[in-house]
This record gives sequence, structure tokens and C-alpha cells, in this order.
Amino acid sequence: MSGGTIGRGTETPARRRGHLRQLTKRDVVTLAVMAGIPTLIQLCLVWLPTLFSIGLSFVRWNGLAFGDMKPAGLDNFRFIFTDYTPFWPAVTHNILWLLFLGVIGTPLGLLLAVLLDSRIRGSRIYQSIFFTPVMLSLALIGIIWQLFYSRDNGLLNFLLGTSGTPSAIDWLGDSNVNIWAAMVAATWRHAGYVMILYLAGLKGVDPTLREAAAIDGANGPQTFFRVVFPAMKPTNIIIVVITIIESLRAFDIVYVINKGTNGLELLSALVIQNLVGEGQVIGVGSALAVVLLVISLVPIVFYLVRTFRSQENE
Amino acid sequence: MQHPAATAFNRRTLLKGAGIGALGLFAAPVLAACTGTPSGGGTSASKTLTFGSNASDDVPKRAYAAFVDAFQKKSGDTVKVNTTDHNSFQDKISNYLQGAPDDAFTWFAGYRMQYYSKKGLTADIDDVWDKIGDNYSEGLAKASTGEDGKKYFVPNYNYPWGYFYKKSLWQSKGYQVPKTLDDFEALCKQMKTDGLIPIGFADKDAWPACGTFDYIDMRTNGYQFHMDLCAHKESWNQKKVQDVFDTWKLLLPYQDPAALGMTWQDAAQKLGKGESGMFLLGSFVTQQFTDPATLADIDFFPFPSIAVEGQDAIEAPIDGLMLSKKGGQNQAARDLLAFMGTGAGQLAYWKVDGSNLMTAKDADTSGYTDFSKKLAGVIADAKSVSQFFDRDALPAMATNVLEPAMQSFIKDGTVDLSNIESQAKTQYASE
Repeated sequence: MSGGTIGRGTETPARRRGHLRQLTKRDVVTLAVMAGIPTLIQLCLVWLPTLFSIGLSFVRWNGLAFGDMKPAGLDNFRFIFTDYTPFWPAVTHNILWLLFLGVIGTPLGLLLAVLLDSRIRGSRIYQSIFFTPVMLSLALIGIIWQLFYSRDNGLLNFLLGTSGTPSAIDWLGDSNVNIWAAMVAATWRHAGYVMILYLAGLKGVDPTLREAAAIDGANGPQTFFRVVFPAMKPTNIIIVVITIIESLRAFDIVYVINKGTNGLELLSALVIQNLVGEGQVIGVGSALAVVLLVISLVPIVFYLVRTFRSQENE
Repeated sequence: MQHPAATAFNRRTLLKGAGIGALGLFAAPVLAACTGTPSGGGTSASKTLTFGSNASDDVPKRAYAAFVDAFQKKSGDTVKVNTTDHNSFQDKISNYLQGAPDDAFTWFAGYRMQYYSKKGLTADIDDVWDKIGDNYSEGLAKASTGEDGKKYFVPNYNYPWGYFYKKSLWQSKGYQVPKTLDDFEALCKQMKTDGLIPIGFADKDAWPACGTFDYIDMRTNGYQFHMDLCAHKESWNQKKVQDVFDTWKLLLPYQDPAALGMTWQDAAQKLGKGESGMFLLGSFVTQQFTDPATLADIDFFPFPSIAVEGQDAIEAPIDGLMLSKKGGQNQAARDLLAFMGTGAGQLAYWKVDGSNLMTAKDADTSGYTDFSKKLAGVIADAKSVSQFFDRDALPAMATNVLEPAMQSFIKDGTVDLSNIESQAKTQYASE
């Protein structure tokens, strides 16, 4: 890199593009640090653990001495798919979670965003209220929903007039009901998150579009669905991806309720159950993680392909 | 929030992976160094030791501090106490023992003790037991013995499991303590007609149901079969195990139908309010009765006999002390464990934390209430002491296989034993 000082201040932009090596030493160091550190972090925090997980999914191991590690071939995967009873319920619940967020949670967030965007009085306050759940801690969420759902002392059964009677609904203990209760709690957070993103998206829509639509005689809903909503395409794609990812990594609420057992099985909860704690079965936990990874890759690849394609077209 | 699921997941596992990796890599040299260094040959007494404690709650923490004080005063040794949060201590025990553990540490008897002893991560203490052996019943000694026949554990305290009930409620209704399963069923039927929930039950946390399973299995098939089943020396897919669930099925209609949504604390409240007739749990259930009048009204009876062994076996988890491999060479640490095996040592602990029972025979129990005496009596009379399913069996078998299976059994009374057996095979094969 001896050419760093040649013709400083005299080169044209075109020349510079042709001579990338003319960066100063300082530029190179800066670039190396700025690209290198994130790369290193990415490598350590993302790629190495991913590769470890994939590797560990093919062994039997109790997490103690390395000497205890035995090759298992595909046994862990065979176990998950055939013998591990919580696995298929977990897959079903993750899909149900996705549908619920997609059909109710996300549209609800969009609705809130549209309402708040229409400049009603005190919209800032509403905005804060709806966004609060996104920032609350796990423990607090658990306590709040416990107050609603508790069978004997909860608000819901009190309002239904069933509190203290045998017909009280066991919101968290009845495995036919608790997944819905958990999804409602999840929607409570998810909608606030989606709302903020759509609010930003709505602000980015050119107001002249609305005016043009109004001049053409479109009413409110027509303007929104035919003009504004399609104009938010980038936001929409992000929301779709986020909804999918949120439903795949759904974890905290069920873990707070009952650690993901008795009707609340989710893939992420099963991974944690098998990987953490005294009862760790590293092979099975890693295999579950790999299954989750493969499923997650589908929307990620979809998103990346779309993003890069649209960039190329520009 | 916008990171892909894979990223989020991997960050979580990273800590785990890093922990295993780092500790695993360092464990070998550290352990080698420990065994290789003749640190005084174990006899030229080092006067200091470290003590890793899982007693992070206020009362037990102060109780262990009192115990350590008493030991320091008696021996002149210096003890450095490292207290870790109770659950984290349990979760990290593998890494802890492979890394740089303390000399002595708090742990549990049974399979949980045997497992790490078998892996060579803890030191045997036969010499300590030569001194304190007379102080313990046969059952406690058995529970402190590793698979190789050596002793690895010194019991501090324990607490029996059984049916707790309100004396005043039972007197007013004229109920008698049942001795056999038939009596028990008749009592349940009577309670139901009287408008009570006969058997208080709570299984939101998934583990309390193990207590019922343990007892029905021991009463149906005997203590030894239960232990062999826990260690997976017996198959789950056999008639003897099916019998256990069949017996349990008879009791299902009398259990609290809301069990799967309640914690044991909730169920204890129902017992205290007189909504349920009795409740099977460890004696720590009494912690929930803060009102002294209610507390004085609580009584206890052992699980009724079913077939094999009457009421000889009792479920009474034992907590106590062990030595890490490194601590095995520290005479002061051995002295600390020996002191735990004396009445004086246990009394120092119990004076602060009286919710548990002292295990040493020469312990001064003059401070016991009648209730404590009764609890202690059933343990003393027992021929065998079981721990609890997750302490007698592989913990992964308990949390990943049996507990979910029991929850679905409580729901609809069905159980798939062949599936439990094939899951058990995978779980134990990982060991």
C-alpha cells in the first residue's frame, strides 16, 4: 500500500473508482476494523454456534466429559420425529401461532396504526400505551396475564361470573384453552410492535397519493386498500417476515406460564428444555435446534432473495 | 427484534456452547493438575477450605452460615462460602464440577449423587462415614452410597412426603386415617359426597405428580423395583408399570380437576381453606400456612399400603454435602463433612431453619414440635427411603419424558408405556 499518497486531492471520482488501492493506510485500518469486528462477532455469535449445533445434533452426549460423546448418526432426528411426543404438538402449535398472528395479531397492529395515523386527539398517548407491552419484561408479563387468567382469582372468570364455581374456565391449565390464552397474550405484544412499524410506514407514504385518490373520487377504505397499502410494500414485506419469525421463536410467554408443557409445547421451549439444566440431552436439543433452523431459513431466504432482487432491479 | 430466529436462538445457545467449550477445555488440565499435585498428601492438614452452597434463600443461607460458624469455632479451620442461586446451581452443576469447584458443596442424595460420583467428579468419603456411620439409619446410609458401594454424601436434613390434612375438618366429619388403598378410596368417596375435593392436587409445574407415581409404584411393586425402574434397569413397557397407572386411574376422579393449572402453593391454599380434604406433598407444604392456628391444625399420614410392602418405604428427599474431586484431598473439607454428620453440626443448622428434620441420630430434638416428631418418626421407622423421581432417576427422564406423560395421564387417564420406554432408551443412552 505504498500508493496511498499519490495524487491526493487531484484525482477525479472516476479515477478513484479505477484505483481502489489508493486508500490511505488509515483508511485501510479503519475499514478493516469496521468490517472485521462485526465479522468476527458474527462469526463467534452466529456461525460457530450454528456449526456446533449442527455437529452436536449427530452425537449422543450428556454435556460432561468429551470422552462421553458418542456418534449417533441420525438417531436424534429419528427420535424427534417418531418417539418424542411433544415434537408434533410443538410443530402444530408453532403453525397455529403463525396463523393467529397473521390473521389477528398483525392486522390488529395495522388497524391500530391506521387509527393513530388519522390524527385523533391524544394519539401519542395511545401510541405509548399500545407500545408498552413490547418493552415490558418477561416476568412482568407473566404476572399481568396471571391476574387475567387465574382460575379462581382471575379477572376473566370474575367477569364471566364463573369465578369460584366448578364451571370456571382454567385458562392456563386446560390444554384445550391455554394455547389460545397464550396467543392472545402474544398478540398483545405483537400488535404493538407491528403498529410502530406501520406508523413509520404510513408516515413514509407520499400525501399526494391520497390527494390524487380523493380527487379521483375514492372513499376512505378504497384509498387505503388500493393506494396506501400497496405503496407500503417494503414495510409489508418486513412485517410478513417479522410475523413468521415471531411465531417461530415464540417462547417467553409459554415459558413463563408452564415452561412449555401441557398444551403449550413450542419448538423453542423444547430446545431449551433439552439443552439447559441438569437434565440436558445435548444431542436431542441440538437436533431440535437444527430443525428449527431449517424451518427459519425458509422465510429468511425468501426475504433475502426478494431484497437483493429488488436492489438489482433498481 | 429483527434478527432472524436462527440468530436469536444461537445467541442463547452460545452461552451454553461457550460454557461447555471453555469449561470442557479447561476441565481436563485442571482436574489433571488437581490429581497430580500432592497437596499435602491429604494429611498435613490444610486449614482452609471453600464451600459451594446452593442455599440462596434467606433462611437456609443464614442456617448454613450458622453451621459454618460452628465448624470454624470447633476446628479452627477457615471456610470460604460461595453461595449461588439455588436453581442456577442445579443447572450448572455439570460445568461446575468439571471446572474449578469448591472443596465441599451442597447436593442431593440418590441418583443425582451417584451419577456424578460414577463420572469421577466427586470424592468418596468412606473415612468420614467410619466416624459418623452410627449416626444414621440404614435408609439414610443406603441413600448416601454410590454404585460402587462407597459413600459419597453426608445427609444434613430431609423432609417426608405424605398426605397432609386439617385435623379440625376431619374431626367434624368423623374421617379416619386410611391404612389401605380400600380405606383410602372409601374415604375419597365419602369426601366427595360431603362436597369436598378429596385429593388436593397441583401439577402446573409438572413435578409434583411424580410423588404420587413414586408412592403407588413403591406400594405396588416394592422399593427395589421402583429404584430399578428409576435407573432404567427395568423396562417401562411392562405390566407392573401398567398396574401403577391402573391404580392411579381409580384415584383420578377424586383428584382436583383443576390440577394442571395450579402450583402446589395454590393447592396448599385450598387445603388451608378446607376446600380439599387432603394433599400429597413434601412437608415443606407447611411453609404455606403462615397463620399459626392453621399450622397447628395440620396433620399428616403416610401413603396407604397397596400390595407389596405395607408402608415400609417412605419418600423423603435428603439434602446434604458432598466433596468435589479436588476437595477430596483437603482434610479440612473432610472434617467439615464429618461435622455435618454430628448432632451438634445439624443442630447449628436447624436452629435457624427449623422447617426441615435433622437426620443424625444423636441430634438434640428437644426443640421439635409434636408435628415435627411425627414426621421424623415415619422416616426413622422406614426400611427404605426414596428421594423423588427426578432425584432417583436421570433428571432428563423426569423432565423430558415422565412429567409430560403424567400430565397427559392426569388429563385423560391414558398412558403410552411403549412410547415412554423408547424415549427412556434414548435418554439413558446419552449418558
